[in-house]
Amino acid sequence: MKRVGVFVCHCGLNIAGTVNVNEVVAEAKRDSEVVCAIDHKYLCSEPGQALIKDSIKQHKLDAVVVAACSPAMHEITFKKATQSAGLNRYQCEIANIREQASWVHDDSKKATEKANTILHQSIEKVKLNESLDPITVPVTRRVLVIGGGVAGIRAALDVANSGYQVYLVEKSGTIGGRMAQLSETFPTLDCSTCILGPLMVEAYRHPNIKLLRLSKVEEVRGYIGNFKVRVRQEPMYVDEANCNSCGECTKVCPAEVSNEFDCGLTWRKAIYIPFAQAVPPAYVLDSKSCLGLLPEACGECKKACDKYGTACINLNARPQIHELEVGGIISATGYDLYDAAKLSEYGYGSYPDVMTSLEFERMLSASGPTSGLIKRPSDGRIPRQVVFIQCAGQREPETALPYCSKICCMYTARHAMMFHHKVPDGQAYVFYMDIRAGGKGYEEFVKRCQEEGGVLYLRGRVAKVYEDNGGLVVKGVDTLSGRLVQIPADLVVLAVGMIPNAGSKELANILKTALDQNGFFSEAHPKLRPLESATAGIFLAGAGQSPKDIPETVAQASGAASKALNLLSSPTLEREPTIAEINDELCSGCGICISQCPYDALSLDPETKLAQVSEAVCEGCGTCVASCPSGALSARNLTDKQILAMIQTAVA
Amino acid sequence: MQSYLYFPGCTLRSVAKDFDSSAKACARALGFELKEMQGWLCCGAVYTNVPDNLMTQSGPNRILARARTEGNTLVTLCAGCYNVLKRTDLHAQSNSSKQEQINSFNEEAFAGDVSVLHFLEILRDRIGFSAIKDSVKKPLQGLPVGAYYGCLLLRPSLEMKLDDPHRPSIIENLLASIGCTPVDYSLRTECCGSYLSVDSPENVEPLSKNIVQSARSSGAKVLAVSCPLCKYNLELVQSRDTEPIPVVYFTQLLGLALGLEPEQLELTARQLEAIRGNTQTIVASVSQQ
Repeated sequence: MKRVGVFVCHCGLNIAGTVNVNEVVAEAKRDSEVVCAIDHKYLCSEPGQALIKDSIKQHKLDAVVVAACSPAMHEITFKKATQSAGLNRYQCEIANIREQASWVHDDSKKATEKANTILHQSIEKVKLNESLDPITVPVTRRVLVIGGGVAGIRAALDVANSGYQVYLVEKSGTIGGRMAQLSETFPTLDCSTCILGPLMVEAYRHPNIKLLRLSKVEEVRGYIGNFKVRVRQEPMYVDEANCNSCGECTKVCPAEVSNEFDCGLTWRKAIYIPFAQAVPPAYVLDSKSCLGLLPEACGECKKACDKYGTACINLNARPQIHELEVGGIISATGYDLYDAAKLSEYGYGSYPDVMTSLEFERMLSASGPTSGLIKRPSDGRIPRQVVFIQCAGQREPETALPYCSKICCMYTARHAMMFHHKVPDGQAYVFYMDIRAGGKGYEEFVKRCQEEGGVLYLRGRVAKVYEDNGGLVVKGVDTLSGRLVQIPADLVVLAVGMIPNAGSKELANILKTALDQNGFFSEAHPKLRPLESATAGIFLAGAGQSPKDIPETVAQASGAASKALNLLSSPTLEREPTIAEINDELCSGCGICISQCPYDALSLDPETKLAQVSEAVCEGCGTCVASCPSGALSARNLTDKQILAMIQTAVA
Repeated sequence: MQSYLYFPGCTLRSVAKDFDSSAKACARALGFELKEMQGWLCCGAVYTNVPDNLMTQSGPNRILARARTEGNTLVTLCAGCYNVLKRTDLHAQSNSSKQEQINSFNEEAFAGDVSVLHFLEILRDRIGFSAIKDSVKKPLQGLPVGAYYGCLLLRPSLEMKLDDPHRPSIIENLLASIGCTPVDYSLRTECCGSYLSVDSPENVEPLSKNIVQSARSSGAKVLAVSCPLCKYNLELVQSRDTEPIPVVYFTQLLGLALGLEPEQLELTARQLEAIRGNTQTIVASVSQQ
């Protein structure tokens, strides 16, 4: 027999508005082991917690049930309160009567009945709870950052500056990411590379940062504090330490392919430097575009490098596998763009003068395909009339992306203004749905673009872009004047939405963490834990988690870094002891549980030939318990006996 | 011979008899038959966008309920009938309270399990354009034809799902399979003005004129349609032109290519002249005979 205390929270009117709290308290008291049942307006408040602590002492309670919100919200709060009153924290259970009763039901009577059932189940469970001690595991004090864009660079620098070692894994030949492609940034019109460049160099030169470029995370094993990561690095044909960027190799390379850095608006060779400020400042050999390496088909680059350069090319280089041990992982994988060709109404792909904003961005860049001049792709003429279409394929739940990419209003305003600067007698039009300029100095910036740039903003959507007499016509609606408009355009720029980086899905599988319905990395809690994934020890930064602009990305990166540092701050960490355990008497060593475990937490003891649980790895999911044919496995504080007692109460 | 249950609709029994007869002749030439459904009536011509006027839904629901007794596929030719019947079927599938109301009014309850197909879908999905190409006897080699889709075949695209609503290709692919050179012009999916020609022709004129102009400037010598009302409007705005572009049904061009007689396809002398005058091989194949 235990002495159980029950505490029922009103949560203001969140619970008490629907569930009859007095009835729930009275119902709880009917259980012979419940020695006190009390309600309170806000149990999570300081007086509420004090009430629990005082009652534990006053009634000499052995166990506590808090009927309140979801355990995801306040389980830790109430467990800590229980512990501070001298009771083992695992003698505290949460009965969720908010998310599972009051919020989802209208009928007060039925909601109250359901709350009673939920509460009784928790009481039955807590009666059989054992007192447990947390498991202590050591922490590997290193961090892996995946993605070398501005988010990854910032996060890596923050961790490295705190004195810990960082591996920065980047799949391309240079760090810098999307931000390196940008010409200017809003709302200050800073030159993007000028502000990013120093950070790139700092990260590359930092003694605590080891950059693994041309690399991909292939496997992650282990758990928070103790991850084992396998990284595959593509062959380093060019020795970056010796390459002096003379460019002799590029001159002789016969293979030309579309240049991804310029969004395909220019060509590059198979051996190339991604862009002038690339870090490391070394050439990269793209083996997919090369005429042949195995067997060697051409070798001109090597000959040129040996003769005129620093003899830094080795065409026999092989891929390398790096086995890393880290305590925490920051995923900063960034974004791709929605495929504009899917939006057939705008004719991207059919008409050369319909381009995406990122392509326009490359044209604005002094190092871009047109050296910063705005020219239309079809004939190289300077366009006079440019139509910008915001929300292209966005906020379209039925046919394209349901969400808003958050940055397009701002960069489109900047593009329109830059166009005005470069073609003062030109006219820019912007079709928009709403102008979302929330941010420091953002609204003012848009106003400035509208006024100084003489940009005509038309509130409405574009129905169609079509060709007429050799020119483009943009047909849309101006909903403020209520009129259909047809604008002859020399150039049309589509603000297509941000989508998660193409590799996100694969990486999420490797990290064993979740993606949301749009494929972005899911945070552990949208409000209270935005920097962490649902998997312990894996943190999130940048547009891989949701569309965001540079300041927000950098802020999140520093936040994720501080979360990782938090983890590294102690040589050990505590893990929940509510995991699987094995009764050796019953285990036959059949190994079924080993094949079922998603975390590789089970193995056969080489001596006893019986299954054993790695306490540091087990997440307590219970899959092995369900799979064990002889009932040798059980989950601590969620035993079959407890589950049966809960079911019996529910169906009684 | 494979047979498909067929809904002609009112217009194909009056001003668009040529559409009806040419399609039936093409079907026979391709080895299938259009079997007219029993007891059909007017589809209502327009799928109502007024959510509470259920009376207009009564007719098409009756049609589909009757068709259901003869089979689960119904083929249409007129783009308007196709639009109304297909959307009516989708509405019936939604099992909404509105559908219950409609069913309580009609003699036959309908729960939406008729697959409403356009003749073009039979050609594309059941016969196949490559098989049609193999059946061509007199290819309309190089004939520059502008396919005109209008609205009802394609939109609302999430319901009609016949083709890309902005850049469709189904008629062009058919035309290419019979030797024509499809002309891509910008306004081929714009609205012709539809039935506004009844009471406000002044609104139809600019719409249809722009379409014809767009096709003409892109080099089309013939326009191919699948809707009698589109045909009417596109012809109406050209009635005073000295050199109007003939507007024919795609089935009439298909029939010619399959070697059917122009009389059987009810092509007028003017239409035939325009087709033959801009085709390379018909003349050649005639002279070979």
